[in-house]
Amino acid sequence: MTSPLRFCVRRSSALERGATTLVTLRLPSDVGCIEEAVELVTRHCLAGQHATETIRFRLRVVLSEAISNAIIRGNAEDHTKWVDVRVELVPEVIRVYVTDEGPGFDPAAIPEPISPEQLDEARGRGLYLIRKLVDAVHFNEQGNSICMTLRRS
Amino acid sequence: MGFSESKGAGGITLVEVDGQLIIGNRQELKDLVQAALERGERRLLIDFSKTGYIDSSGLGALVSISKRIREAGGELRLSGLNEDLRSLFELTKLDTLFAINETPEQALASF
Repeated sequence: MTSPLRFCVRRSSALERGATTLVTLRLPSDVGCIEEAVELVTRHCLAGQHATETIRFRLRVVLSEAISNAIIRGNAEDHTKWVDVRVELVPEVIRVYVTDEGPGFDPAAIPEPISPEQLDEARGRGLYLIRKLVDAVHFNEQGNSICMTLRRS
Repeated sequence: MGFSESKGAGGITLVEVDGQLIIGNRQELKDLVQAALERGERRLLIDFSKTGYIDSSGLGALVSISKRIREAGGELRLSGLNEDLRSLFELTKLDTLFAINETPEQALASF
């Protein structure tokens, strides 16, 4: 069976924003694709790189959570819509962009899942985990694209 | 990859999670626990000694499972979380919601 994932790796000294490697992946809005997408991107981002187990784990968690949010919340699991993952590898940092085709959301409106009244809720931990595990998080104005920055050390 | 269910000492239901607990398989675990509750099982241990990863959906499924067991008057314990998984529980404060033991043997002895 052919994978529905569209994957590309470019290694060059002339990429944007000082990146030496650019990894891009386009996947359909199917939660069954998340595992393969995360594995593929993580493996190629860290291939031949000095990366601690902590960085490997963090990258895997935040990729998984951001893609999951994009598919479920952003694209509402509409299989005609896509999720784009773009990873820029810069000497000091890894920058991960995950963009969906949804209307966007207001990240400030998401309640803290660790408050006593939210702790017993089954949902709402993905974005919180992302914020805790990366060094910086930004959204575009529309709220349908997240940029997560991890320092390599 | 998957879930295996067995009977531990004292009739405790032991569920082992092999591989991952993620959005793609969390419902299977919820169904398995529901079936155990319907059979009258009330003491359950979920062991993660063979688990590499739990995503936020998996954490959410455990919260739901915990609620169901509590409402049925039962007891749930977790065991075998590696350092990375433990950190996810600590970051989300779920370590305060669950009874967690280092090993399944310790968990079985704690019911």
